[in-house]
Amino acid sequence: MNNTGSITVLQKYKRKQLNQRSQTLMYIASGSIFLLAITVIGTLVGDIAITTNFTQKNFLPHMAHPFGTDWLGRDMLARTLKGMSISIYIGLFASVISAVIAAVLGAAAATLGKKVDAVITWFIDLVMGIPHLLLLILISYALGRGTFGVVVAVAISHWPVLTRIIRGEILQLKEANYIKIAEKLGQSKMKIVVKHMIPHVFPQFLVGLVLLFPHAILHEAALTFLGFGLPPEQPGIGIILSESMKYLSLGMWWLALFPGMVLMTTVLLFDVVGGSLRKMIDPHSAQE
Amino acid sequence: MTCMNHKHILQIKNLSVTFTQYEQGLRKTDLRVIRNLNVSVGEGELVAVVGSSGSGKSLLAHAILGILPQNCDAEGNIWFQEELLSPERIKELRGKKIVLVPQSVNYLDPLEKVGKQVRKEQNEKSLRRKQEELFDFYKLPQKTADLYPFELSGGMARRVLLTTAMMESPRLIIADEPTPGLHLEAAKKAMSHFREFADKGNGVLLITHDIELALEVADRIAVFYAGTTVEEAPVADFQSVDTLRHPYTKALWRALPQHGFHPFPGNQPYAKDMPNGCPFGPRCPQLTSECEGNIQEQTIRFGRVRCIHAK
Amino acid sequence: MILEAKGISFGYKKDVNLFDQVQITVESHERVGIIAPSGFGKTTLCQILAGYIKPISGQVLLDGKDIHKIQGYCPVQMIWQHPEKVVNPRLRMKGTIAEGDEIEERIMDGLGIERDWLNRFPGELSGGEMQRFCIARALGKRTKFLIADEISTMLDLITQSQIWNFLLAELAERKIGLIVVTHSTPLIERIATRQVVLATNYDI
Repeated sequence: MNNTGSITVLQKYKRKQLNQRSQTLMYIASGSIFLLAITVIGTLVGDIAITTNFTQKNFLPHMAHPFGTDWLGRDMLARTLKGMSISIYIGLFASVISAVIAAVLGAAAATLGKKVDAVITWFIDLVMGIPHLLLLILISYALGRGTFGVVVAVAISHWPVLTRIIRGEILQLKEANYIKIAEKLGQSKMKIVVKHMIPHVFPQFLVGLVLLFPHAILHEAALTFLGFGLPPEQPGIGIILSESMKYLSLGMWWLALFPGMVLMTTVLLFDVVGGSLRKMIDPHSAQE
Repeated sequence: MTCMNHKHILQIKNLSVTFTQYEQGLRKTDLRVIRNLNVSVGEGELVAVVGSSGSGKSLLAHAILGILPQNCDAEGNIWFQEELLSPERIKELRGKKIVLVPQSVNYLDPLEKVGKQVRKEQNEKSLRRKQEELFDFYKLPQKTADLYPFELSGGMARRVLLTTAMMESPRLIIADEPTPGLHLEAAKKAMSHFREFADKGNGVLLITHDIELALEVADRIAVFYAGTTVEEAPVADFQSVDTLRHPYTKALWRALPQHGFHPFPGNQPYAKDMPNGCPFGPRCPQLTSECEGNIQEQTIRFGRVRCIHAK
Repeated sequence: MILEAKGISFGYKKDVNLFDQVQITVESHERVGIIAPSGFGKTTLCQILAGYIKPISGQVLLDGKDIHKIQGYCPVQMIWQHPEKVVNPRLRMKGTIAEGDEIEERIMDGLGIERDWLNRFPGELSGGEMQRFCIARALGKRTKFLIADEISTMLDLITQSQIWNFLLAELAERKIGLIVVTHSTPLIERIATRQVVLATNYDI
């Protein structure tokens, strides 16, 4: 009765053309290249971004000026790239500071006892409880606005989420059996930190850092747009956008559209890169 | 055939499950976790699949129910009540005619009352009546329906899982390690419900690492080694080492504490290091060059064995 | 050496203790089998005896010294029921096994550890293979007592008897005391020099 020669296929693993992991790597690589390109070109354009040329003002986008020119005849492509690279630098700087704060506070909360933990947790709740933009404006305003004000404001308002993650990871790790066993086998605290803790926490830290970028960039732009950030002579992306508002009613849509799109793209790309990195590191999705 | 008097409820032939996994970087490897596995359950039978934990025997349950993880391939012929099943048919039958009794309460939703979960969120009168009957049958107080899973003791949780499985009047229960951490007496008691179910003409496939329990409650035992069943034998054959067929089963028998606790050199191979031909070959005292070829299953004394030297 | 548990009690819930006033004394030439029913908290008891958890009341003493006050390598080592839960998944086995005392080749051979497993990650080994490493790791030369928590129930019987046969010889030779907690009576009759039967407070 059962002597059918054929065999039933019960499940077929749908292999994609490119396996998932190569795809993720591709995302990371192309995202990083694009962002790096914006930063490098933006840095190199230098004076073009602020050179005025009244014979070429208010041009619609065309071959010579793909993003058009503004009311002073400045090339909008150069301005946008320059502005974006400034935002990326500030974002980078502020997120690194934020991430370092997060690492120190997270580790302290998890290892230095209940009192320290309570204080740090209280601070996390405090900072997270205040509306983000309000906090940014307050800090930046108190520090006299300008580049310094923005960097400090963005840096010291973005650490709580990552701090929580790191604190949680370390707390969980401290309860891991293999760490308790290492203690019983006579391993020193330092060795346990180097051998077990850092290799576990560092990747999470790195992903957290990359995922901070888009926030930092967006908040810097928002702060500047509202007039609490970079000074007007810097072609920050927030400045470009707020200036272009005045000309929108005159029908000069390209002044806001292209810089806005570049900002969006940059922020989304950082998010994709960070998300992909997390996917590769996270053991739950690593096998997909 | 092993159970000539009654019909098969479940019959599995040549089941293989292969995982695709990433190693370091972008390299992928295929791990054949189950290979050419055969097992059958007749009407009124309780069949135990016995193997060490982590050897992939839970995947057997998952394959029969069509709930394998995404990253694997599976093939093989599964007959349920003499009907060859397609993947679609498996999906229709599971939860209705073929049910799983899982290992622990973790399979229950912690945020929903037990009664609601047992009825799968429905509230018809007939279902309520059925639930009440089953609670009575398994000696669960009716107020259990209003409890949350965390309020159940271990024994109650097991009976709730059983009730959930019984709601659809199944023909076949697949029990995956249903008695974890229970000592033999308690486990035997827990298994009595499965025995009753089988005695009504249904089938139970018990998947366990505990051979002592299997010897107490099962009608037949399928010995799982390195991804396949090397021997399927009536439980009476385990009375003496001479009635067993496969050299691994014999070694297993001698290793039982009551039979001398004799060790046997070597290791069960990990799926990546599988030898050619017979998986037991490298450890086998009877190894010959033919053992490296394809090993056909043969039927000897109402038991099936995958060994060319078996007598 | 003597390992003493003096009146230890423990519970996770308020008011209901898993066990109360447990007394055990083991000398280093003894092999004591503790038989406890399901739901007793066998793993918890083992962790208390090996100094991983502090009991609610009572003390665990090693030659009169509180086990929690021992610095560095602890002469009381524990072998766990689930090997995959007690090794760092990111470390190769050679990293894991190098954490305590240096493990002699003889021990690795006795436990049937093949040398090319040393370069593997835990995920590339079967449960039985991993458990051999965990046992080897606990057999450093300063180990005086071993606490075994159902260490072999998850393994197939042949691996179980391999491991136990080696362990019994090793313990006898080095005068290491053993406490094995299990519900398998045939196993205890086979390996223990003395049995202790514990009952539970807790209704399962």
